[in-house]
Amino acid sequence: MGLFNVFDIAGSSMSAQSLRLNTTASNLANAGTAAGSAEEAYRSRQPVFQTVLNELSPDAESAGVRVKSVVESNAPPTKVHQPGHPQADADGFVWMSNVNPVDEMVNMISASRSYQNSVEVLNTSKDLLLRTLSIGQ
Amino acid sequence: MPLDVNKSLDSHARVLGLANQRLQLLADNVANADTPNYKAKDIDFLSAMQTADRQSVQMQATNAQHIASTAGPNRAETLYRVPDQPSLDGNTVDAQKESSAIAETAVRYQATLTFLNQRITGLRMAITGGR
Repeated sequence: MGLFNVFDIAGSSMSAQSLRLNTTASNLANAGTAAGSAEEAYRSRQPVFQTVLNELSPDAESAGVRVKSVVESNAPPTKVHQPGHPQADADGFVWMSNVNPVDEMVNMISASRSYQNSVEVLNTSKDLLLRTLSIGQ
Repeated sequence: MPLDVNKSLDSHARVLGLANQRLQLLADNVANADTPNYKAKDIDFLSAMQTADRQSVQMQATNAQHIASTAGPNRAETLYRVPDQPSLDGNTVDAQKESSAIAETAVRYQATLTFLNQRITGLRMAITGGR
């Protein structure tokens, strides 16, 4: 039944957006993390969304969204000269994570708005379903 | 036989089916609002109702005792929406359009439920004679 599919679709969106919020939290938490080399430096993580296609349906319509993968940003970590830092290398350099806090804040707002939209869709279809169940009463 | 219960409830059932399908597509659009290269989908409600009226599909009756079906197709052809403001990532979902379309479909659905309920109340009144 169609309206139950709406629950699945909105649910998939909510879980994808909450994963996005999760990566944003992780990135922001590690925004100031320093490392002793460029390879060890924290790199910001970004989820890649993908449409889920329903193979059982005749016209292959989509049925929600999923997180295809979480990719690490390949922006170079910032090299900072801090000889007093406990993780500084022989020349006194540390590598700061490549997280851009402004990007992450924008991501956070976008994810929470998308989540709210999905909740709205879910509530609308729940109301309709409940009213359909009470037909003829 | 002046009153065919099936026929009198049939068009309402068709509206519910189409609204159902449309709501599913719109929910999909909202879910994929951040997916790169996703194309927003929708159906044309009016033309779907018109074609359903014209070409109602009949089930083949191979036995004299089969009940004739009057139900038309409950699904409409899926169309892609033309974006007003194309975005760089190829996504054509317009959040404002989606939410207004969802509200419209929900109102349509509830109106049809009201009509159905009134029809059923009327039939029940006719059956019981108002007692």
